[in-house]
Amino acid sequence: MKLSEGRKSVKAMNSFGTGKSAKSMLSSAWNDQRLEVIIGNLLRAGVLLSASVVVIGGIIYVARHGSAIVDYRNFQGKLSPLRTFTGIFHGTLQLSGRAIIQFGLLLLIATPVARVIFSAIGFVWERDYLYVAFTLAVLAVLCYSLFGGSLHG
Amino acid sequence: MSVLLFTSLVALGSLLAGFLGSLTGLGGGVVIVPLLALVFHVDMRYAIGASLISVIATSSGAAAAYVREGFSNIRIGMFLEIATTLGAIAGALIATHVSTGTIAIVFGAVLIYSAYLSIRTQPAYPVIKNQDRLARALRLDGDYPTAKGREQYTVHRIPLGFGLMFGAGTLSGLLGIGSGAVKVLAMDQAMRIPFKVSTTTSNFMIGVTAAASAGVYLARGYIDPGIAMPVVLGALAGSMLGAKLLVNAHPKHLRAVFGVVIAALGIEMIFNGFTGRL
Repeated sequence: MKLSEGRKSVKAMNSFGTGKSAKSMLSSAWNDQRLEVIIGNLLRAGVLLSASVVVIGGIIYVARHGSAIVDYRNFQGKLSPLRTFTGIFHGTLQLSGRAIIQFGLLLLIATPVARVIFSAIGFVWERDYLYVAFTLAVLAVLCYSLFGGSLHG
Repeated sequence: MSVLLFTSLVALGSLLAGFLGSLTGLGGGVVIVPLLALVFHVDMRYAIGASLISVIATSSGAAAAYVREGFSNIRIGMFLEIATTLGAIAGALIATHVSTGTIAIVFGAVLIYSAYLSIRTQPAYPVIKNQDRLARALRLDGDYPTAKGREQYTVHRIPLGFGLMFGAGTLSGLLGIGSGAVKVLAMDQAMRIPFKVSTTTSNFMIGVTAAASAGVYLARGYIDPGIAMPVVLGALAGSMLGAKLLVNAHPKHLRAVFGVVIAALGIEMIFNGFTGRL
């Protein structure tokens, strides 16, 4: 029964060259489109906010250390206090230019994560639970990267 | 070099990289890493860390503009992001375990392949009219605006595309770039997604993919604020400028010139990787 239904709809689709019935296509396209516009604005706001924070931190950093000599030939990242959330927040509260830049970069990394969270809400709203599951899977991978390592230490 | 001079020169170089990257559609990352490593003698780990962060900024900034035109397909994007984010974490973990010379050699190979893609003429892939069962089950098919109104399209060979996108994510996490080159293989060639749809959708995905490896990079100290600050701000300004000009530009010759430049950078990266200078 199910199979024959499937065949029938494949046939109908081929004659139209489309994947969905006209009605469901219209409503889902409209919802997806609206969801994408909201997400697009969210991304722009996130980038503007984080870039502003990076600019503020950059001005403080260059004003204070502009004439210092830099040499990035040797990797010393393992010694940096700005590798952890606590290190970044602590430095930001002390108005360290480098820490404020790093805080801005953290906001930048959070922007696509926020987009994934919004997509999950959007798919719940569309009652598309398959895509809610896909979106939560992506979110789980992102959380593993951000919170699973030594970053929170 | 003083902080002020380093910041100004790197910002200027990244502005140019972001500008050319957005005009040619190849992304700024492919130029920023060689620029930092070869010209400014920055350690490869710092270079890929700064580049990866700039990739998040430029892709998120451009996505807002693309969305309004209605090309991108959020379902294809979200489904393939499962593959790219897993790949990105794998790539970032590999990056912390192999030598910088090896990373430089792989980077060089990707540059040369990207150069080849930018120089060749865009092939017109034959349209497959048949429905793909998996695409229907996953509701990946969609439509996009053309001169003749909205046109339907079907997505094909999903397991192959999914696997290739895992590879794209791995390269992104390993090299700190957006991996536009592998995306062409996966979304255009394998899955036969229309060019405009695949380009805008992959741009959407790049930010999420990069965020997945950024966590690993940050925890390992690859992201230094003194380098990332001028790179992110420069690349962001450059890509916004490029996007504004793109409307009237004829990027064909530009793509060819850019292709030659990145091929030369690729050869130099491989040479420096083998001789142990990077």
